[in-house]
Amino acid sequence: METKQNENIILEMRHIYKQFPGVLANADICLNVRAGEVHALLGENGAGKSTLMNQLCGLIKPTSGDIVIEGKVVHFNSARDAMAIGIGMVHQHFMLVPTMTVTENCLIGATDAGYLKLNYKQAAKRISELAEKYNLEIDPEAKVGDLAVGQRQRVEIIKALYRGAKILILDEPTSVLTPQETGELFNMIRSLTEKGFTVLFISHKLNEIKEICDRVTVLRLGRTEGTYNVAECTVNDLARLMVGRDVSFSIERKEGTEGEAMVQVRNLTLARDAHTNLLTDISFDVHAGEVFGIAGVDGNGQNELVECLTGAKHATSGTAMYEGKDLGKESTRQIMSSGVSHIPADRHKAGLILGMHLTENLILQDYYTPKFGKGALLDNRAIDTYASELIERFAIKTPSRYEYAGSLSGGNQQKVIVARELSRNPKFLIAMHPTRGLDVGAIEYIHGQIMKQRDDGAAVLLVSTELEEVMKLSDRIGVLFEGKLMGIVNPSETTVEEIGLMMGGTRLEDIRK
Amino acid sequence: MKIDKVKLKSTANRSLTSVGVSVAAVVIALVIGMLLVVAMQKNPMKAFTSMVNGAFGPGYFTETLVKMTPLLLTGISFALCNRCGLTNLGMEGQMYIGALFATLVGAYVTGLPWYIHVPLCLIAGFIGGGLWCLITGLLKVFCGASEIITTVMLNMIAQFLIEYLINGPMIATPGGNPQTKNVLASARLGTLIKGSRLNWGYFIALGCIVLFWLFISRSKKGYEVRVSGMNPTAALYSGINIKKNILLVTFLAGGAAGLAGCIEIMGVQKCIQSAFASGYGFDGIAVSLIGQNSPVGIVFGALLFGAFRAGGNNMMRKAQVPDSIVNVIQALVIIMVIGSQMVLEIMNEQKLRKQARKEA
Repeated sequence: METKQNENIILEMRHIYKQFPGVLANADICLNVRAGEVHALLGENGAGKSTLMNQLCGLIKPTSGDIVIEGKVVHFNSARDAMAIGIGMVHQHFMLVPTMTVTENCLIGATDAGYLKLNYKQAAKRISELAEKYNLEIDPEAKVGDLAVGQRQRVEIIKALYRGAKILILDEPTSVLTPQETGELFNMIRSLTEKGFTVLFISHKLNEIKEICDRVTVLRLGRTEGTYNVAECTVNDLARLMVGRDVSFSIERKEGTEGEAMVQVRNLTLARDAHTNLLTDISFDVHAGEVFGIAGVDGNGQNELVECLTGAKHATSGTAMYEGKDLGKESTRQIMSSGVSHIPADRHKAGLILGMHLTENLILQDYYTPKFGKGALLDNRAIDTYASELIERFAIKTPSRYEYAGSLSGGNQQKVIVARELSRNPKFLIAMHPTRGLDVGAIEYIHGQIMKQRDDGAAVLLVSTELEEVMKLSDRIGVLFEGKLMGIVNPSETTVEEIGLMMGGTRLEDIRK
Repeated sequence: MKIDKVKLKSTANRSLTSVGVSVAAVVIALVIGMLLVVAMQKNPMKAFTSMVNGAFGPGYFTETLVKMTPLLLTGISFALCNRCGLTNLGMEGQMYIGALFATLVGAYVTGLPWYIHVPLCLIAGFIGGGLWCLITGLLKVFCGASEIITTVMLNMIAQFLIEYLINGPMIATPGGNPQTKNVLASARLGTLIKGSRLNWGYFIALGCIVLFWLFISRSKKGYEVRVSGMNPTAALYSGINIKKNILLVTFLAGGAAGLAGCIEIMGVQKCIQSAFASGYGFDGIAVSLIGQNSPVGIVFGALLFGAFRAGGNNMMRKAQVPDSIVNVIQALVIIMVIGSQMVLEIMNEQKLRKQARKEA
């Protein structure tokens, strides 16, 4: 099904490499886009989609490789260069000034904005013309802050057109839209391509790609998997391509220790605003001695779910019962002091205090208990002994326990967090992306530690975007999509395709129909 | 003690670097300052020796200590806020309000023995400055207002409030100099050495340094404050109440600055005059920066800036070099310290990157 290099190529990216300190984000990526088509860029989080697009719109420069537009090699020094050549990007998070009108927003950074006085009237007229020509209904005088999300996106598109874009990059354009708005967007895209525009459609939603795109290029782990004609692929094919290799199930697992339901989540809902939800009607149980995995593409409600269970946010409705407490309503301190441990998603942002000693990082969850000082003062000797014990028990490699957390390697930093959280002997462990960015050895170690908690009878909630990790460790898996639980499956009875489909927004009942 | 050895080894290196950086910054700033003196066609050696003499010579050193006293307290004030992730630029205003509260108690409450009157004034000064800064904390917690803006604005309000009071309702002799009544003898801090202005306030300030150390490095509350300052997200996830900590810290920090104003009145000036705080509040920022927010660092920072203040006077008299050159040197010290901290950070980053490459 691989397509041949074809005539009428408007944009080509040849052998793009992008090296960040310590990470090779893009490795030998090739992409060619035909004029007038809707070309999808499909990949999981961290596959290198955003990095690639940021190079295309001039925000960062490739380490090596060429960008060819209409047969000419181009070099972008800034976003303005890319715009001048006809590349317009609509970011996932809109780059608009809410207090300004549509016209004023379109003039930001435009070359014909005028020097002393804005060419406001002229611009407003052109915007009305553009809107009419391409069926993009919008009032040029409206304040952006008053517009609905779908309309704001339209403003972004008009902004790009106003600046003379011929190639439109839409980054996860439907992630903020309602189904109706999505329909309208697709109509707009169709009318734009009819008039000769080219659209690059970045997404991980398989059904949408199937619906709107002509060809698809799949990225995985910073490399191109290949380019395919969408018409020749099924949604299942796309799922397999995105997720990739077969998942291995090799981990030692003691069977059948599953106990009573430790945590019961019922109809948990978290509202974003009056109309939309971040989480909708989530229900599941986590039993003692079980790892319950949450899979899904990043940003589909995983953060919010964990925040609701750890007291960082309070649920709008629904309950999450744990030992007679409703986790959706309690404070973080109350939750954490009742046998819950939490390995946060981002070890730098939330897990560690990089400018503090290891000793001080290791007591973060328990510093206030009498164990570390009876009165208002900390008992340094108790803290030191405790820290040394943990460093030894969890094999944290460090010159001394007074090293700053920031000067350890990623794997050892994560071990510090794991040591702190697991040494509290939790009854309920919430682990989010526990191995993100770690090397194989560290991953194995941390997986082992989590499984040990499970075998010792703790209830474990594992949230990860690494499908392999979820399938390997979990006893049951729930898949989140746009804040909704698409279904709960048993890893031994499911396939990668099935999970991929759920990650892309199909409900389990519909798949198994 | 085996435990201390481990700690010593790992912290000694870091402390030495930061001490080295601060000393180098001062030396470079002094050298540049003296080059400026040369450019003014004055004798730099004479200027330098007269400055050092004016700061540390016999009979002069007590004056350095007098000037150091409020700097210790405003330094603590800035450092405390900084440790909690806040930037307190309002020490000047907090000093005014602290002094105002102390004067109200010290000059208008009569008939108390000194051992009640003095502590009462100190407490009043502390509460005055604390409440003034607490306004900032409340605005931050409940309205999300930037403390950088509100503290500066409160400085202006405090300054003009004092101007108004000493020209109107609180003026000692209507029609006379714009100043308040003197605080009563029972509310003054006694001098330590006859013929000098050095008073018990100095030891109160040093005592506050000890309390500051105890709070920030040894107490559970201080640990919470540091976590909130260095990583608010981590604080949130461990259940630390950041808002409560902001309120506590703004009150304590304002209290320290208020105490500075209060001691300046009770020990040195006896009454509030126009602009009596003379920049002690703002110098507290520099003191704390040089001292890198640590208790010991603040002591040395305050000593240095106290010495600049005392020595500058003498330099002007003996070497005919305008004492604004001292301001230039002070500014240079600050720039050097901030600059060198950036250099250190960059060096650290490179080291980490190298390490990462080795491991990869």
